[in-house]
Formats: sequence, structure tokens, C-alpha cells
Amino acid sequence: MREATKDRLKAFLTLFPSMLLIAIFVYGFIGNTIWTSMTDWGGSGSLAINPEKNFVGLANYVELFTGFLGGGFRQDLVNAVYYSVMLLAGAIGLGMFIAILLDQKPKGEDVLRTIFLYPMALSFIVSGTIWRWLLAPQGGVNILPTYVGLEPLSFQWLSSQAAILEFNWQNLFAVFLYIVSFLLILVGLFSMKRNPLRAMKRWLGPGIGIGAATWLFGGMLPEALFMEEMHGFNMATLGIIMATIWQYSGYTMALYLAGFNGISQDLRDASMLDGASEMGYYRHIAIPMLKPITISAVIILSHISLKMFDLVFAMTGPDNAETGHPALNMYLTTFRANDFAAGAAIAIVLFLVAATFIVPYLVGQYRQRRRG
Amino acid sequence: MKKAFAKLCLVLVAAMMIAAPQAVQAKELSGDLEIFSWWAGDEGPALDALIKIYKEQNPNVKVINATVTGGSGVNAKAVLKTRMLGGEPPDSFQVHAGQELIGTWVKSDRMEDLTPLFKEQGWMDVFPKGLIKLIGTDKGIWSVPVNIHRSNVMWYVPANLKKWGVTAPKNWDEFFAVAPKLKAAGVTPLALAQNWTANHLWESVALASMGPDNWDALWSGKLKFDSPEGVKAWELMGKVLQYTNADASSLSWQQATDMVIEGRAAFNIMGDWAAGYMVTTKKLVPGKGFGYAASPGTGGEFMFLADSFGLPKGTKNRDNAIAWLKVLGSKEGSDAFNPIKGSISARTDSDLSKYNGYLQSTSADFGKDRVVASLAHGVAANETFMGGFGSVMEMFLKTKNAKAAAMACAQLAQKAGI
Repeated sequence: MREATKDRLKAFLTLFPSMLLIAIFVYGFIGNTIWTSMTDWGGSGSLAINPEKNFVGLANYVELFTGFLGGGFRQDLVNAVYYSVMLLAGAIGLGMFIAILLDQKPKGEDVLRTIFLYPMALSFIVSGTIWRWLLAPQGGVNILPTYVGLEPLSFQWLSSQAAILEFNWQNLFAVFLYIVSFLLILVGLFSMKRNPLRAMKRWLGPGIGIGAATWLFGGMLPEALFMEEMHGFNMATLGIIMATIWQYSGYTMALYLAGFNGISQDLRDASMLDGASEMGYYRHIAIPMLKPITISAVIILSHISLKMFDLVFAMTGPDNAETGHPALNMYLTTFRANDFAAGAAIAIVLFLVAATFIVPYLVGQYRQRRRG
Repeated sequence: MKKAFAKLCLVLVAAMMIAAPQAVQAKELSGDLEIFSWWAGDEGPALDALIKIYKEQNPNVKVINATVTGGSGVNAKAVLKTRMLGGEPPDSFQVHAGQELIGTWVKSDRMEDLTPLFKEQGWMDVFPKGLIKLIGTDKGIWSVPVNIHRSNVMWYVPANLKKWGVTAPKNWDEFFAVAPKLKAAGVTPLALAQNWTANHLWESVALASMGPDNWDALWSGKLKFDSPEGVKAWELMGKVLQYTNADASSLSWQQATDMVIEGRAAFNIMGDWAAGYMVTTKKLVPGKGFGYAASPGTGGEFMFLADSFGLPKGTKNRDNAIAWLKVLGSKEGSDAFNPIKGSISARTDSDLSKYNGYLQSTSADFGKDRVVASLAHGVAANETFMGGFGSVMEMFLKTKNAKAAAMACAQLAQKAGI
């Protein structure tokens, strides 16, 4: 008993310094940022030794989501969502594809692996600068076809004004409900095979219900903004997405490759004996077994995409609404326009969005550990 | 924070104690002088010319030339903020004269009043009255202007215009008359580059649309941004934008100038650093290789911006910094710096024979034109407004909604305290 308490004390003493430092420098400062976001710290005189700060409650957040000047921020937020989704799909898809190819143990596999992983060693500023040159309107990628005698491309990778998948911010709630109903129906269709009754009750029914209700009574939903404001996926972001996928697919490849190598050869042989094709093996055995890897890849990539700053800065510079990102907006608002309170509010919004990805993961992990 | 303040006080007192006896003896200065600026690259030699003069006068002072590169000081300003907030200000730093300095640093009580220096050196008489009013507040004068740039200039190549059969438009109506013709010939009527050059274009367009009196009223808060005049300026801007290149946001201002030189575009509106670029880098002769005129509808108006140096409170080498400011304001320093930088002197008595043809004509204009403040380069409004204006412009480029942009500006002005 005494031995145990002593151990505990020792453990506590060893952990105490880092607990204290994290409490102050992580949680303390998050708290401080939340506090700052609820003041009116900004404007002229904000850099004085003792700047004037008054508590204004949630006014900064209201301004960001419904105010006139928050338009740039809303566009950036929409950009970030599209950007995250595309990056996840691209990097995980491509990474998995390369991993499957390398899992066939071609000749020179280790050399190829290094080559694919190498882009990750570059800093974003370096790869951003290179890609900006590659995607210049009259050079790089666009003149590639001329080498085989074709017309050069004219797509403006980083400055196109076109946008697709546009929606009106006024209808934000309706759009949100449609997405929810779409996801529910999708999940329902997938689990139809396994348990039709449960799928109907749990997923399909509510999904169709929400979708129909929004379609019928959507006009009664409150409008999120007093004026029409279109936001969509800007084609100019494609260039940035390409660069990020190039940089990160090697990383997801390494994750999956490690996973594939960890699956015992017996399992593979057994499945082959039972008549599984190559495709079938990956589709039904290998990839489902690597679910934890997929989850961690999603977590890591999503928080990277939400914090993206240097790549965007290097490729399209500040003040480029077409490719804007909340993190960039936060920096400009805080350190260029001296509007510390609004900057803090953007930082907190980003923090909350990132938390929606990470907290469920952490909770799941915690539960799993308690069970196991 | 308290500790930093205490340190700052300590440094201040120490500086005063050291400064007090030295001020009496003067002359023999020693120690360091750190000059903070964003003049590197093409503009580096101009700064070196000033440092050379300073070194001749004060051979015992070690000059530390701290430049942070990045056009228009984007990076330098961020570094400067870190240093000022950390209680480690450089001895003297470059800043756009006007509200950019006043709104950020003077209102925060971090600058020293330079009125005594201006009086001692007799600068009150050699700098134009209007300029002194714009770089000062009722509490004092806050920086020494080194140069004057003009913002509302339109550039073109005379030979190309002849070939296309057009003349340089005097106002926007004339521009709209010739623009479709140019467009039909496959020429971009007006070359534009990334975001800040759109802000730059806007100030020339708005000045043409509302006139200098309304422009001044706008910045003193007497005219609202969402007034009919304000909305009209944005509508005109929208019309002008129809005749610009589509790949603007991926070009630097030099590339937009190149479009004009190479004959892919007819006109470009840019400040007169474009003259420096075309003369020094492109080796063109003013008047022959390239032509210039006041931007449409702003003839007789001179939209100015100026670089200046100020004296932050609590510097380590205050005396050396004051000696530096004296060099900047002197006729000798000013005439050594400006011909290389491609700008004109802020002093009314500068030696015009040292300047090229373009600068001589600008200098003459500065003497007789109506001088108004530039927005895009920090004279007219503080950083809160400028920062927000960048995003308003982005929204406008996307939506082309004049009414919304004008209303957003009005809200921004309220926030920035205009």
C-alpha cells in the first residue's frame, strides 16, 4: 500500500512540470484568446502598452457570421470546408492506391517508397513557391501539351474566377439539413444489405424525412443573412489542393504500406485459397482491417487542412478571396489590421471546427481503452 | 507586461541620462544606429546613398541596416510590431507617412514628437504646409518625410497607341469610348495585377468620380461611404474592371507594367515607382519609351504618398537616431536619395537638375496641383480601415455589387473611427 502511494507521488511529481506548463501555455492561452474574442480590442491605439479593452460578449462572432464585413470570413470558411474534403479524398485515395501498388512488391520498391515520401520533407513555403511557378498562367503545366504538338492549356489554376457548387449563405440552415439527410440516406443504403430493417428505421427513414421536410417547409427556416451572398467552391483552389495532395499522399501511402505489411501473409494466402481475387482481398480484408489507420489519416489530414497557412500564402498571397483560408484571414485581421478581438474570434471558430474532428476520435479512443 | 514596461522606463531614463550631456557637446556621436526599413533590391542603393552621407558626418557610429524585404512593407510591418510590442524598438523605422503611422503607433503613444526638431532645422518652411498637416496631429509632428510618390498616374507606350489609333484618355468617358476598340483588337485596355493594385486603381477611380473636395470629406468623416457619391465611385470601378485582364490576381505589379511595355495592354495605372522600374530595369526613356498622364479624370490633382522615418519612444541610441533624421530631412540627403529611388523630394527647394525628365515634371505638378491623400499607401486611413478594405475589395471583385461594397466601407469606417 505504502509502496503504491509512493509510486503515485513519484509519478505525479514527474508529470507535474509538464502538466503545469501545458495548463498555462496551452489551456491558459486558449482561455485568454476566448476572453480576447469577447472584447473590443482593436482599432487605433490597440498597440498601446495598456490598450483599452471592453467586454462586448459575442458581438465579434455575430459580426463574423451575419455582419457585412464578415463576408470574407464566410467565403474563407466555405473554402476551408471544400478544401478539407477534397484534400481528404485526394490524399487518402491516391496514397492508398500507391500503397496497394507498392504492396505488390515491385522491383525497387524501397527506392520508389522514398521517392513518394520525399515531398513531405519539403517545407510548405518551398513547395508552394515551386507549384506557383508550375501553375503560372502562361507557363509550367499549361504549356505541357505543346511538347507533344497540342495547343497550350489556358486554365488559370490559381486565379480563375469560376466557382461551382454555389449556394446562398441565406439558406445556410436548409443546405445544412440537406447535407444531413443526404448522409443519412447514404449510410442507410450501405447498411441495407446487412440489416434492412435497422437501416430503414435508423438511417433511411429519418434521412428521407428530413430531406422532404426541408424541401416542403424550407421557406419557413430563418435566413442566416439579411442579403443574398453566394459562396461556392472556387476553381482557383484546385491548384492549392493539387499541391497539398502531392505533398501528403506520400505520407498516407507510408501509413497504409506499414499497415499492409503488418497483415500476416497467412491471411492473404487463406483468402486466395478461398478464391478471393486481388481486388477482393483489398476490398474485403486488407482495407477493413486498416480502419484505425484510415481514421488517424483523416484526423491528421483534416487538422492540417484546417491550419493551412504557409502553402496558401506562398501560392496566392494574402488578400485573395478565391483561395482564402480562415487561418490566413486570422493573421491578416490580427497583425495587419490590428483588430485583435476579431482575429481571436476567427481563431476560436477554427479551434472549434478542428475540435469537432478530434474530440469524437479522442472519446472513441478513451472508451476503447477502458473496454480493453 | 509590467516588467516590460519597467524595462522600457529604465531604458528611457538611461537614454535620457546619456543623451542629456551629449546634447550639449553634440558632434562626436558613437555607438550603434539601427535603421529598420523594407528598402532592399532595387531600392537598396537609394538607402545606401543616405547611409553614406550619415557615415561621413558621424564616422564613429556603427550603422546597422536592418531591412526586411517584401513589397510595400508587408513583412517589415509585422516584424516591426513584434519588436515594438516586445519593448525592443529599432532606433528609427520606415513607415508610410500619415494615418498608417498615426493610427497604429502615435495613438498608442509610442512615438516621440518631432516638432522641436522641425523647428530647429527650419523644416517648417521648406516642407509644404499641406504635407506637414497630413503627417502631424494636433499633438505634434511624427515623422520626417524622405520622398514623395504620386499614385494617380496612367502609363502607356506612345508608339503603340499610335499603332492602335487611340490617344490617352483624359477622363473615364473617353476611356470607355476607346476601350471596346482596343478589346476588339485583342489588346487588354487596362492592365491590372494582384489585390493591392486593385485598391490602387480604386483610389484613382474614386477620386475621378467624386472630386478632390468630396475625397477629403470622405476621410474627415464628413461624407459617408454609402452616400450616392460613394456608391457611384464603386459603380464606376465596376465598369472599369470590365476592361481589365482576367489573370490579374496572379500577376505582380511589374508584370502588369510589362503587359503595357510589350504591347499586350494599352494602359496601366500605377504609382510612379513604375517610372523607376521602366527607366532603371527596362532602360526606357521617359516620354519616348513610355508615356504618362494623370489617371483619367484626375488632371490637376496629385494623390501623394510618402515614406518617412519616425523616432520611437525608448530607443537605445536616441542621439544617433536624431542625427539620422537630420540627414533625411536635409537637402543634401534628400537629393542623394530621391533620384535613385525614382521619387521626388518632399522639400520645396530641391535641386531639380539631378532628377530625370519624368521626375522634373512630377515635381512641377507637386508644386501647383491640388494635393490629396492616398488610401492604398497609408496616408488617408489607418491600418484597421486598410486591412478591412482589402477584403471589401476582394468581395467586390467577386460579386461586383457596388451598393454592398459601399455599405461595407461605411461600416468599416465606423469601426476604424473615421
